[in-house]
Amino acid sequence: MKKKALYAKENYRGQCTAIKQQTINRRKDVDYVDAVKQHQQEEYQQFIKDKIPKPNLLRNAIAAFVVGGLICDVGQFISNFGQNYFNLNKDDTSAFTAIVLVFLGALLTGLGIYDRIGRFAGAGSVVPITGFANSIVSPAMEFKREGYVLGVGAKMFIIAGPVLVYGFSSSVALGILHLLFSR
Amino acid sequence: MKFLAANSVGKQTVKLNNAPSVIATASIVGPKEGQGPLGQYFDKVLDDDLYGEKSWEKAEAKFFQEAVEKVIVKGHKDKQEINYLLGGDLLNQLISSDFAARQLGIPFFGLYGACSTMSEAMALGAMLVDGGYADNIVCAVSSHFSTAERQYRFPLELGVQRPLTAHWTVTGAGAALVSNQGEGPYITMVTVGKVVDMGIKDSNDMGSAMAPAAADTIMAHFMDTGLTANDYDLIITGDLGRYGKDITDELVKKAGYDISAKHFDCGVEIFSPSQDPHAGGSGCGCSACVLAAYLIPHMWDGTYNSMLFLATGALLSPTSSQQGESVPGIAHAVSIHRTK
Repeated sequence: MKKKALYAKENYRGQCTAIKQQTINRRKDVDYVDAVKQHQQEEYQQFIKDKIPKPNLLRNAIAAFVVGGLICDVGQFISNFGQNYFNLNKDDTSAFTAIVLVFLGALLTGLGIYDRIGRFAGAGSVVPITGFANSIVSPAMEFKREGYVLGVGAKMFIIAGPVLVYGFSSSVALGILHLLFSR
Repeated sequence: MKFLAANSVGKQTVKLNNAPSVIATASIVGPKEGQGPLGQYFDKVLDDDLYGEKSWEKAEAKFFQEAVEKVIVKGHKDKQEINYLLGGDLLNQLISSDFAARQLGIPFFGLYGACSTMSEAMALGAMLVDGGYADNIVCAVSSHFSTAERQYRFPLELGVQRPLTAHWTVTGAGAALVSNQGEGPYITMVTVGKVVDMGIKDSNDMGSAMAPAAADTIMAHFMDTGLTANDYDLIITGDLGRYGKDITDELVKKAGYDISAKHFDCGVEIFSPSQDPHAGGSGCGCSACVLAAYLIPHMWDGTYNSMLFLATGALLSPTSSQQGESVPGIAHAVSIHRTK
């Protein structure tokens, strides 16, 4: 009787080891398949590398420089105009310039022109404040059909939102650092 | 491995012994597509992509519905004679086809295969007709540049530069009426594609993401059937675009088949380079409109005798790309012959 029980125990142990080994082998197989797949993917990505077109960086940089520069020229013109004709002080001049440029960016977005400028200029028209206006007005126009609350209201900052969140956060962080260390 | 199904030919391919016939096609496209090189072939070119509706989504459902109605009239059938409508589009929850089917009152299967939906619908539809489960079915799909753009990318008026590998979603709907009676062309074989993922993470480079799936299905079709590119007049892919097309040709060449001389990509043909589509057209409507307006009619007039139609889809969603997932591709092949 005792012998039989011992035999059953041995047998059970043997089965356990076999199952364990099987699991390990299967895992090795899965790992192997994954490794092959990864190798194939890497090979493919290498293979297509010179087949997909590269953007013309020089052309894009020149377009961005020229258009970005022109937008800044317009800004300078508005700034000088404010100073000379409305006799604004330094702070009021920069506020005046920003207001006029944001208005112009919004107007050109509404007229369907700013996206064409953007297609040509890239970062040249994204970085100036007119680009910020464009990033708020374009979703507001797009999502008007979903209503004023869940459409315009909710989606207006879908592009500009991250800029605001991280802009505010970093200014708060900087303010705390200033408070702590600049005494 | 042995396949027990009576009509199977190899692992992924089935043969349709009763050869359902494509008896009519219809296509409606937007203004930009109408100005393209194939503009004269489409049944209807819209003047305005809003099509008199309040939103682009409503416009898309409207021209989907109109394409289905048109194909039924062109096939001299009545709505009552259509057993099933198989269709799909790119929008979440298939709203364009759902809302069109709501108006049409035809029993409806909604399908999603991204831009590959037309060949998915034709494959399933042909099998339904071949198996005797339907007499007449309509396969229809649609896509719209403005609805797709806002779902997958940015608002239209946002001033951004599109990468050179980006596609331009075709505004349009294509429909085909498949029947168990008719004078052809006949759908003779169907090869169902696998989802293939080569780890491309750039959602703006769908050509590279879909090319391995297209190559995989083409090779599966050749291996299953024993045919080669020489047996077809055209091998048609949906929307691989300029770069994806070349990559597919090379991938297939590596396996010992040369399709480059017969390869026709709907995405490359639908727009001319001067229209600034970058890599080419895309969307369900791209392959469906070109098939319905240009390819099938050229089989009726005898220009082409046989073609392998293979719409290709990139199975991504904005959520999956934002979570860092790669872009898997899929392609289904439908073999169409002028004679049985």
